[in-house]
Amino acid sequence: MNWISERKKLIGFLAIFLFIYFLPVDVNRFNDAIIGAFKLLKWYAKEHVILCLIPSFFIAGVITVFVSQAAVIKYFGVSAKKWLAYLVASISGTVLAVCSCTILPMFAGIYKRGAGIGPAITFLYSGPAINILSIMLTARILGFEMGIARVIGAVIFSVVIGLIMASIFPEKNKEKQAKQFNIPEMENNRVIWQTALHLLILILILVFVNWGEPLVDEGLWYLIYTARWFITAFCGLLLALSLIFIIKIRLIHVVIVVLAVLFTALLFPQFPLISFIVAVIGISIILSISSGEPQEWITETWGFAKQILPLLAAGVLVAGFLLGTPDEGGGIIPGDWIYTMVGGNTIIANIFASVIGALMYFATLTEVPILQGLMNNGMGKGPALALLLAGPAISLPNMLVIRGVLGNKKTMVFVLLVVVMAAISGWIYGSLF
Amino acid sequence: MIIKILGVGCQKCKNLDKLMLTIRDRYNLKYEVQKVTELDDIMEYGILMTPGLVINEEVKSVGKIPKEKEILKWLGVE
Repeated sequence: MNWISERKKLIGFLAIFLFIYFLPVDVNRFNDAIIGAFKLLKWYAKEHVILCLIPSFFIAGVITVFVSQAAVIKYFGVSAKKWLAYLVASISGTVLAVCSCTILPMFAGIYKRGAGIGPAITFLYSGPAINILSIMLTARILGFEMGIARVIGAVIFSVVIGLIMASIFPEKNKEKQAKQFNIPEMENNRVIWQTALHLLILILILVFVNWGEPLVDEGLWYLIYTARWFITAFCGLLLALSLIFIIKIRLIHVVIVVLAVLFTALLFPQFPLISFIVAVIGISIILSISSGEPQEWITETWGFAKQILPLLAAGVLVAGFLLGTPDEGGGIIPGDWIYTMVGGNTIIANIFASVIGALMYFATLTEVPILQGLMNNGMGKGPALALLLAGPAISLPNMLVIRGVLGNKKTMVFVLLVVVMAAISGWIYGSLF
Repeated sequence: MIIKILGVGCQKCKNLDKLMLTIRDRYNLKYEVQKVTELDDIMEYGILMTPGLVINEEVKSVGKIPKEKEILKWLGVE
């Protein structure tokens, strides 16, 4: 019996035992928080997974498979026009990096071999900040304004920070290894506008099917809201056409799916959700049986689902446990604490939110349920935006990796810039809205 | 023959690694699979996206898991 080699297991057992022994299940607050966690999880599953997340995964899949990364990467070369590099860097995050593991190598590459520290930092910051899944979920759960503010803030910000870093740390004419990037030659038998159109149709579906209920019963917004399923259906027909002509799926497959969807729509007119689900299943099936890019598309889509849903579920449970549900409150953390620290729109609240965001690690999308919980407990809009802008881009673990590439000084300046600018942006947003 | 998998450790890189080992066993090939995980070393190959597949110091694929047919072609297997 070797206690030394068994010690880890022993400690593990002891820890779990003590945890269970002292489990405060006789404390109401604790029980409420546990139930709150699951209520929030159920709410997410019911309200957001089917209509928001699933289409987003498809969109992310399209981006990964059909958009030629090579076309974008050439903007980051050593001889690229600087302003173009910044521009592309600030928005290419949506297109190039839906997986955080791609961001770091690209960042290092742009920094060391490409356009330099400015565009590299711009890319590093904007990549995680404007990932399409996060924007969609933010807009849907935290509100349209927040979603827009997040995108605009992130894009502008990323360029500003990049420029500031580039001016603080000007690069002497280093012998940049003029070794060009090793860009894979991709057979691109699809013109860029076709891919863009296909993507647009998917995005339109996503936007209209998630069109939020307005507070007033009139006006354009309300009209669109009442008609949203019809608009979505129309976009669905466009999608069918796109699948046939742009993605080149066999006509008969698409026709079968369209008929199935129509059939369910006629059968269950009060439950358009059912038709939507049938459409999703149908499309998934015909994609997986069409070899080549369609198969890659559904594979990537499924890959995203596998990667993101468990983490999101965990994030939701944690958020629900700590901060409660939108309707009933009831998290472990008392609401007043939240309000005291990040309520209103004081500079302090914004800075505090910004710092927390910078240190905390947020797996993709988890910032949304956590922020939702915080806002329900009194966090102001300003600090909320500050957290959104500082959170996804940096965290303790990724600061370490950045440090490996940039060195201590530059990393610290970068983090400082992010925290300060996030706080300022939050404060401005809070004051205006 | 030396195969190098360039990647910082994300799921795709691990999958590519597994794939190369599976191919080796299935077709009874002889090569060594090395994992390159340091950013500096990865960048020596000039790639911007991981995973990267390097066969005998030549970069064959960047940013994705290539199809088995392609890999076999690069390895010179019919």
